[in-house]
Amino acid sequence: MKLEFTLNGRAASWDGAPVTRLASALRDDLGVTGTKIGCDAGDCGACTVLLDGRQVCSCLVAMGQIEGRTVETVEGLEAGPDAMAALQQSFLDHGAAQCGICTPGMLMAAQELVRRNNKPSRAEVEDFLGGVLCRCTGYGKIVDAVMDVVAPTPATASAAGEAVGSRIVRVDGPAKVTGRDLFGADTIPRDALWIRVVRSPHARARFVLGDLEPLRRRLAAVLTAADVPFNGYGIYPDIKDQPVLADGQVRYRGEAVVALVGEHAEVLAIRDDEVPITWTPEPPVFGVDAAMAEDAPLVQADRRGNLLLKGGVKSGDTAAALDACAAVAEGTFETAFVEHAYIEPEAGWARRVGDRIEIHATTQTPYMDRDEIANLMRLKPEAVRIVPTACGGGFGGKLDLSVQPLLAIAAWTLGRPVALVYTRPESMAASTKRHPARVTARFGCDAEGKLLACDVTALFDTGAYASWGPTVANRVPVHAMGPYAIPNVRTWGEAYFTNGPPAGAFRGFGVPQAAIAHEAMMDELADRLGIDRLEFRHRNALRAGDMTATGQTLAHSAGLAQCLDALRPHWRRAHEEIAAFNERGGSHRRGIGIGCMWYGIGNTSMSNPSRMRVGLSPGGTLTLYSGALDIGQGSNTIMVQIAADAVGLPADQFTLVTGDTDLTADAGKTSASRQTFVSGKAAEKAGQDLRQQILRLANAGPDAILSLEGATLSVRDGGEVRTIDLAASGPLMGEGTFDPPTTPLDAEGQGVPYATYAFAAQLAEVEVDVELGTVKVLRIVAAHDVGRAINPTLVEGQIQGGVAQGLGLALMEEYLPGRTENLHDYLIPTVGDVPEIECLLIEDREPLGPSGAKGIGEPALVPTAPAILGAVHHATGVRVHRVPLLPHRLREAIVALERKRA
Amino acid sequence: MGAYLRPRGLEEALQALTRPFTVLAGGTDFYPARVGRAVTEDVLDIAGIAALRGISETSAGWRLGATTTWSELVEADLPPMFDGLKQAAREVGGRQIQNAGTIAGNICNASPAADGVPALLALDAEVELASRDGARRLPLASFITGVRTTAREPGELVVALHVPRPRAEARSAFLKLGARRYLVISIAMASTLVEVEDGKVKAARVAVGACSPVAQRLPALEQALVGATVDAHLGERLAPSHLAPLSPIDDVRGSAGYRSEVALVLLRRLLSKVAA
Repeated sequence: MKLEFTLNGRAASWDGAPVTRLASALRDDLGVTGTKIGCDAGDCGACTVLLDGRQVCSCLVAMGQIEGRTVETVEGLEAGPDAMAALQQSFLDHGAAQCGICTPGMLMAAQELVRRNNKPSRAEVEDFLGGVLCRCTGYGKIVDAVMDVVAPTPATASAAGEAVGSRIVRVDGPAKVTGRDLFGADTIPRDALWIRVVRSPHARARFVLGDLEPLRRRLAAVLTAADVPFNGYGIYPDIKDQPVLADGQVRYRGEAVVALVGEHAEVLAIRDDEVPITWTPEPPVFGVDAAMAEDAPLVQADRRGNLLLKGGVKSGDTAAALDACAAVAEGTFETAFVEHAYIEPEAGWARRVGDRIEIHATTQTPYMDRDEIANLMRLKPEAVRIVPTACGGGFGGKLDLSVQPLLAIAAWTLGRPVALVYTRPESMAASTKRHPARVTARFGCDAEGKLLACDVTALFDTGAYASWGPTVANRVPVHAMGPYAIPNVRTWGEAYFTNGPPAGAFRGFGVPQAAIAHEAMMDELADRLGIDRLEFRHRNALRAGDMTATGQTLAHSAGLAQCLDALRPHWRRAHEEIAAFNERGGSHRRGIGIGCMWYGIGNTSMSNPSRMRVGLSPGGTLTLYSGALDIGQGSNTIMVQIAADAVGLPADQFTLVTGDTDLTADAGKTSASRQTFVSGKAAEKAGQDLRQQILRLANAGPDAILSLEGATLSVRDGGEVRTIDLAASGPLMGEGTFDPPTTPLDAEGQGVPYATYAFAAQLAEVEVDVELGTVKVLRIVAAHDVGRAINPTLVEGQIQGGVAQGLGLALMEEYLPGRTENLHDYLIPTVGDVPEIECLLIEDREPLGPSGAKGIGEPALVPTAPAILGAVHHATGVRVHRVPLLPHRLREAIVALERKRA
Repeated sequence: MGAYLRPRGLEEALQALTRPFTVLAGGTDFYPARVGRAVTEDVLDIAGIAALRGISETSAGWRLGATTTWSELVEADLPPMFDGLKQAAREVGGRQIQNAGTIAGNICNASPAADGVPALLALDAEVELASRDGARRLPLASFITGVRTTAREPGELVVALHVPRPRAEARSAFLKLGARRYLVISIAMASTLVEVEDGKVKAARVAVGACSPVAQRLPALEQALVGATVDAHLGERLAPSHLAPLSPIDDVRGSAGYRSEVALVLLRRLLSKVAA
């Protein structure tokens, strides 16, 4: 059907099947890829456009309905070349875009509102944005950006030497608010073949493939396990246990079995039941109890007892010390599989270039991808080029391979570009999850409330394959006593294979689960002794000079007590307000809670170096070559700010080359909250190295002031100005590497697992509808010791986004294979669920970090659930032992408590 | 690839339905059921039929055209008896869904958790169906026959809903419970319409959704409300036995026992709200 309509103010024509979704037509046929697809089901709002001035999900509109109508996309917002709309400028200035994948949808939803009312109230903004999910920002800066659209507060530009600590706008922000940023599904060549993966409908089964020849005749290729040169991958060099395509047996629902490769329409038209697979389902092993049972079937044949790993930390004599305590609290706490729910599903494409394979995909870790693909393909790492696209959210879920292996194998074999974009249900079924945990804790203190001992055992369901399971099982024992000085500690972690989805890396590596337990213990001990919950924590906070349970002395930068000091006035005010509210009686009761955490930055007791380069070309182009992937958290901007001050030139003179393994050096993965601390330090050293080279060329002293104009570099040293003609001097390249100093942990968990730790305390105010069991979070105040905030706006963005994910963990998120594989059964917080979040930045500088900075990505999330659950206890008396605290679970607990009290 | 018809007139649509077609209007249920696969069935797109759209007042009450969107309903100038339906309209998906999704689509999709249905039951809405053989009207309660099933015959199209004019001043309200603020499938919801005369309930209709395969009216409660003074105590007429028509289940959103309990809470609050 040929039809005419108006697209962004211009006449447009389109021809195709009228049942085609508007979102697909825009992206695939009309070349406007600013509109993103997150679910194809109206659940996420990423594809929001205006149709005759009203916001709609373009994934739900048939092209047959577009004739004669007016469609507006993000590309139509700009008033002209380089003239952003006020709304876009406001988003940019407020830091309202992080990864940017929801930004076009948010902008269009907001545009419907601001056209009617350019001074909207918060409630109106929430109503208009309620249908667009954001997983990065926690919504606060987005709401502010819309409310301030007529009077935006311009963000600052920084002069030479003043970038660190300033709120400069994201260097990749303009691309994100204009829809020009290119994500995994945005650069697929038109002539690419497509893959559709046939996945297991069973959690545990054996299978036999029938005759694939008829399908092979219809398609370019049908790939099976036999087509994978080395069919095993995994995070650890010695655990390559996950097949790219299952070989005769599957271990979780959603596991890849067969890959169909052909023209896009062809592979979509083939139904799963047309692929001859004979299944023999077997009873699945679900949960750690089933996995640990004596007669449990083995998930992986060579893993006795289904055990992946166990280990712990031991210091002092915990058993004896607990016996001597004045007060002892204990409890067991359980968490569920949690889905990352980045709004950008896994996506990318690959092509063969001579004897090399080139993969363009969304990822958090280009160099690990490169090495893993080389291993799977039996190629040298140099034969693999990873070109990361913009990453529409990761949170740990894009640290594991997803689309890359099948893309590489198909493109290599067929010699044509090949693309693969996961559907939302596929993304949710196939990808890793947060580990379900069962944490059993006993903590004891003396009569003055000084902690004396703790004993914590954490059991983790690591799912079908190892993934990051060892990382979780190693990290948790180091953190499970909480950020407190405790002389006698026994912590222990065990991870078991099950037929659940592979549990991997998810913002916090198991520490958020453990924090629910240790913070509940703090509340209970404080309550038992009649000590204020904040003061109890303050009394026990780890401070500089203290020794941790692994025997590490914290020489510097342990700012928990400062965080608690900063919260104290908010804590007192809220207590008074809540008491007054609750005195009125009624079905709603308010409460306040507090959560604390510490978090080791970088890998646990393992080398994790970064290498960065800063170049100055003969033409005067100043370039940061950064292998550190920005997945929305802002490292592109942070690295530029750090490098700029190290060189001594303004941040806005930098260009950035990022991620491409052919053009950058290995800066490790974007995980473990390590990029600011580790890669930031490397960027600082690289900048300093370049500066040294410049100063030597100019024969100038260390305090010289640089300025760059075209190809002329001026160096002012005291009263004297020397100029360097870069065209004559040739290219300059500064390089820096940093690997945080750690030591291995011995059998008792003694050693230096991390070079530095972040600390934080958050308070949550909640209102519980006692009759319905619903919890509304009214306010969060988050105090974080970040060492040094390189860019306060970005740090706040990380905190607010982490808080939103912590809120989801506490109250609504539970992944059930086969049941919540979409974004309407699996709930993440909407704009109406995340409260105002006040950020208090504590800067207890870490001498090892760049300008004293540590990390913030994961620490932001860890204290939130404990704070909310403590507040629920304060409001209702219910101590929550299982999350998510769905309304029916809380209501049932309230009823049980009322019965017990009666 | 199937056929795609987009008639401008009702007759043409009804003529088409002499053979099987999947009916498409707002697309908000059609496309989510087809994620990641090719659409192969024959589609009848009725969104272009002007006669099916819009709200009008008739001698007997109001006619809500089948393809009227939730947003159009919210923005329509309607008496207070429609407040409950408007409140429900604001809870159907997010704003994008409300701008595209249609009233008839909601009832034809026949989800147990369809947010529009309890309010339409409280309005005593009738469903007008048309086919080549003529037209018929069914009470909404008879139209939805089960989980995702309706009384619509293959050759029929829902063309409108009809809301009768009440005999006395009528007020209505709607309440929804979900596990998050926006874009959420209801755990339970309730809607009521009370006709008020001399400060007392002359007649009442109450319906609860997401607590049975099809949203249910609660006749015993409706009876119990008649004659009650319309004030803050209206909810006191409520008794657990009034929930007898409900048959809630356990699912990922809540347990059966919880649904029964919160249905009572929602109803009590709903009655206070409508009496306020």
